[in-house]
Amino acid sequence: MKAAVLVFPGSNREGDVAQAIELVTGRRPTMVWHGDGDFEKVDLIVVPGGFSYGDYLRCGAMAAQSPVMAEVKKRAAQGVPVLGICNGFQIVTEAGLLPGTLMRNSHLKFVCADVHLKVETSQSLFTNRYQAGQVIKVPVAHAEGNYFADADTMKKLEDRGQIAFRYCSPEGAVDGSGNPNGSSSNIAGVFNETKTVLGLMPHPENAVEPMFGGTDGKGLFEGMVEALS
Amino acid sequence: MTIAQEKNPPVKLPNEPTITPQIVAEHGLAPDEYERLLKIMGRTPTMVELGIFSAMWSEHCSYKSSKVWLKKLPTSAPWVIQGPGENAGVIDIGDGQAAIFKMESHNHPSYIEPYQGAATGVGGILRDVFTMGARPVANLNALRFGDPSHPKTRHLVSGVVAGIGGYGNCMGIPTVGGETNFHAAYNGNILVNAMTVGIAPTNKIFYAAAAGVGNPMVYVGSKTGRDGIHGATMASTEFNEDSEEKRPTVQVGDPFVEKLLLEACLELMATDAIVAIQDMGAAGLTSSSFEMAAKGGLGLVVELDKVPMRETGMTPYELMLSESQERMLIVLKPGREDEARKIFEKWELDFAVIGHLTDTERMVLSWHGEIVGNIPIPPLVTEAPMYERPWTLTPLPPVLDAAEVPAPEDYKASLLALMGCPDLASKAWIWHQYDHLIMGNTAIRPQDGDAALVRVPQSTKASSHKGLAMTSDCTPRYVQAHPETGGRQAVAEAWRNITATGARPLAVTDNMNFGNPQKPEIMGQFAGAIMGMAEACRVLDFPVVSGNVSLYNETEGRPILPTPTIGAVGVIDDIAKAVGSRLRAAGHALVLIGATEGWLGQSLYLRELCGREEGAPPPVDLAVERRNGDFVRGEIVGGRVAACHDLSDGGLLVGLAEMCLAGGTGATMKLPAGAAAPHAYLYGEDQGRYLVAIDDGNALVAAAAAAGVPATLLGYSGGDSLVVEGLLALPLAELRAVHEAWLPTYMNSAA
Repeated sequence: MKAAVLVFPGSNREGDVAQAIELVTGRRPTMVWHGDGDFEKVDLIVVPGGFSYGDYLRCGAMAAQSPVMAEVKKRAAQGVPVLGICNGFQIVTEAGLLPGTLMRNSHLKFVCADVHLKVETSQSLFTNRYQAGQVIKVPVAHAEGNYFADADTMKKLEDRGQIAFRYCSPEGAVDGSGNPNGSSSNIAGVFNETKTVLGLMPHPENAVEPMFGGTDGKGLFEGMVEALS
Repeated sequence: MTIAQEKNPPVKLPNEPTITPQIVAEHGLAPDEYERLLKIMGRTPTMVELGIFSAMWSEHCSYKSSKVWLKKLPTSAPWVIQGPGENAGVIDIGDGQAAIFKMESHNHPSYIEPYQGAATGVGGILRDVFTMGARPVANLNALRFGDPSHPKTRHLVSGVVAGIGGYGNCMGIPTVGGETNFHAAYNGNILVNAMTVGIAPTNKIFYAAAAGVGNPMVYVGSKTGRDGIHGATMASTEFNEDSEEKRPTVQVGDPFVEKLLLEACLELMATDAIVAIQDMGAAGLTSSSFEMAAKGGLGLVVELDKVPMRETGMTPYELMLSESQERMLIVLKPGREDEARKIFEKWELDFAVIGHLTDTERMVLSWHGEIVGNIPIPPLVTEAPMYERPWTLTPLPPVLDAAEVPAPEDYKASLLALMGCPDLASKAWIWHQYDHLIMGNTAIRPQDGDAALVRVPQSTKASSHKGLAMTSDCTPRYVQAHPETGGRQAVAEAWRNITATGARPLAVTDNMNFGNPQKPEIMGQFAGAIMGMAEACRVLDFPVVSGNVSLYNETEGRPILPTPTIGAVGVIDDIAKAVGSRLRAAGHALVLIGATEGWLGQSLYLRELCGREEGAPPPVDLAVERRNGDFVRGEIVGGRVAACHDLSDGGLLVGLAEMCLAGGTGATMKLPAGAAAPHAYLYGEDQGRYLVAIDDGNALVAAAAAAGVPATLLGYSGGDSLVVEGLLALPLAELRAVHEAWLPTYMNSAA
C-alpha cells in the first residue's frame, strides 16, 4: 500500500500516522506539502491531525481551500481512498467530502483521553479487520469533535450504513457515559456513500503499540493494507 | 553605517522626554544603579539606552540578588555537555543523542492574564529548547494556586490550564507531567513553572555566542508589536493593588506561528548556515542581541528601522523592549542569507537582515540612518549590579512528637479526607486538557507513575529504545519550615521519582520562586534552599544544568511559600524494562523499602486533618536515599518489579491508595509488629521510601537485607478494596469517587 500524508502549516500528527503506516507496511508514506497540487499516484491519502492554519477562521476551513485539497477532491471522486483523522476529519468535512460538521465540544474544553468505540460495520476497506459491534480503545485529543448533521442527513447516514464508529462505554453501551464531546448519536467517525472516504475524530495511529496506548487502532491500518495492496 | 558614525553620540529623537529621576525610578533602577550607568556611559543616556540598562539590570535578566548563591550549585558531571548560562542545559544520553531541557517561570504574567501568561510561558520555554537545535519531545508544568476558597483561584486555574493546553496542544508537543498545589500563600501570586525537554544529536547543538565580524544578524518569526514592553521589569517588582493595570505588559502568544518557527528553525539547522542563534524572550531584542554579542566578545550594529513591525509609529525604545512572542535572532554565515530566507518564506514567516557583527564591543542602534543608541557591551556585564543581600537563615523548628498528634477516630474517613483534599485529589481535570499522547511515545502517562516516561526516537547506534523519565517536584511547606531541609528534599524527591521508573537520574533544572530578596528572612530562605539543594545534588550526582530565578513573588508584602521547583531528567537504556505505579494484577507482594519512624511534622495528615502546619519537616539522609534508590532501580532494571511508587505527600497509605486507583486493583496490608503508632506509620512522611509490587516478596526482602536496605513485606494486591487489617476496608469505587470528584466539582461550582 502506497500512502500519502498531507502536511499543512500547523499539522502536527502527520508524524504519528506516518509512523503507524510504516509499522504495518514497512515503508514510509510520502509526505505532501499543502501547496503541492500535483503529487504522485497513491493508494491512500491521509489528512492528518493538528491545527492546520492555526484553526483560525474555523477548524479545517482554510486547509479545505488549499491547492492540495483540490487535487484530493478530484482523486476522491475517482475512488482513491481518503482517511481524515481529527483535524483531517474537520478538513475533509469542510471540503465537502463528508457530510456534517464538527462543533466545539459540548463541555467547551480540549479533551485528551482514551475512549471506547463501537465498530459499526466491518464492510469497508478501513474496518475489515474488525467485527461489527466490536469495542476498541483508542485516544481522542481535540476541542472541536462534536459531530452534528441535520435530521435528514442523520437519517441518510443511518439508513446507508455510513456511520463507522460510535463512542461507547467500555462494555459497548452507546450512551452519554462514553461520549467525550457531545456528538450527535455518539458519532466518532463517518464514511461517504461509497465508503471510500472515512473521517474520524479518534486517533487510531496512537494505539498501535502495546507500551504506548495498546494496539486496538492497528486493525484500521492492517485492514487498509489488506484492501489496498 | 561607517565606523566613524559608530562612534558618534546618539541623537535625541523628537518628542523624546528628558531623563528625570522619576523616569529613572519608573525603570526600576535604584539611584546608585543609575550612577553606575552614568559612569559607564560618560553622559546622560537616551531613552532607548535607559530602557536597555533597565531591562539588562533587572532582577529577571541579571540575577543580581541570586548570582552569588547560584554559584554554589554543582553543575558538572561527565554527562553534562552544557551547564547553566545557555538557553537550556544539555546532557549526553548515549548513542550520540543529547537531552536539552529547562524550566522557567511565568508567574507574574499568569496572575495578571492567566491564559496568555501561561501560554507564553510554554512558548518561551519551548523556544529556549529548540533554539539549541532540539526537537521538543515533552512539556511539564508545576503550578501553585491560592486557597481554593479565594475568589480568584477558580478563574486562575481555568485560565492557566487552558493557556498551557492551548499552546502545547497546538505545537504538537505532549504535556506529560507536572504538579498542582493549592495554598493561601499563593492567593495573590500564583506560580506557573513550565519545563520543556528536547532531543538533539550531540554533534548538532546550537549556541548563542556570536562569531565572525561582518556576519549578518537576521530576525525571523513574528513581527514586533507593542506587547510585553517592560515585562522583565514587571517580573522584578512586588505586586500591589495596581498590578492589574500592568495587563498590557503581558505578551500575547500565537502557537501556530511558533509551530511554523520550530519547523523552519529545525529545517535551517539541518544546513550548516547558522553561526549562532538565540530566541527573543524576556527583554526581547535587547537581551537576545546583547547576549549574543557579549558571549562572542563582539559588537553589533542593529538597524532598528529594518525590524518587521506589527504596528505603525513604533519607536526604537519600543522595538528594543517589546516582548512580542515567536521571534528569533540568528547570526548566519556570510552569503547564506538567500538560502535561509527561502526556508522562512516557505513557512510564511518574516525574515529580515537587521544588522551585523562588529569588533567594537559596542551595541550601536540606528534608526533611519541616525544613531539612537550606543552602549559599550563589556561594562554592562562586568559592572552589572551584584548584591550580597543580607540574609537570615530560618531556624529548624522543634521536632513534633507523633504522640502530640491525635490519631483519627475513623481511619476510613481520614483516608478519604486526604485523598480528596486539594493537594492530593486527582488532577485528571487538568491533564485531560493537555494532549499527553501526541508523538506516540508516551509510555507512562500522568498519574500512572512518579515520573513521566517518553520513548526517545531510536538512534541508529542503539540496539534498544531508550526512555527519558522526567518529573517536577517541590514540597513548599517543608521549604517554608526549614529551607535547607526543604531544598534537600525537593532534589531527593525528584531523584526518587525518576528512580521509581527504573531510570537513572541524570540532571536537574531548578526554578527558584521566592519573595522579596531585599528582606533578610526571604534571602535567608533562598540561601538555605540553595545549601540543601547543593548538598543533595552533590551526593546524588545530580548536577544542575539550567534554571531560572523568580523573585519578588509577593503581594502587598505577603510572600509566597518558598518554592524551589526541581525539574529532573533521567534515562533508561531499554524502555521495555521501565515500570509505573499502577497495581494492575492480584497476587503481587507489597514491599515497603526504607525505614518508617512515623514523621508527622509538616505532614499533610497534620495539615488536612488536624489543621496544623507545624514542626520540623522530615529529614533527608542523602546516603540512605542513594542506597535505597540504587537498590530499587537495580530490582526494576533486573525485571523483577511489577510496579513501584515513591512515598511522599500523605505517606504510605496514600501511596498505596494511589497505586490501587491507578491500576484498578485492591490491596490488603497489615501493620508490621513493632511499628510506630498506626497513624504515624500510615501517614508519616519519612523520606527515602518506595512501595514496590513484586511477584516474590520474600526474595526482595532477602535481597534488601543483603544490601543493607530496610524492607518490610506489608501485604498483597488483589480484590476491589483497600484493606488495612483491623483499621479500614474501603471499596476502591468509593475511594475513586472521592479522589476524582474534588477538582471537577470545584471547577464547575458557581464562582
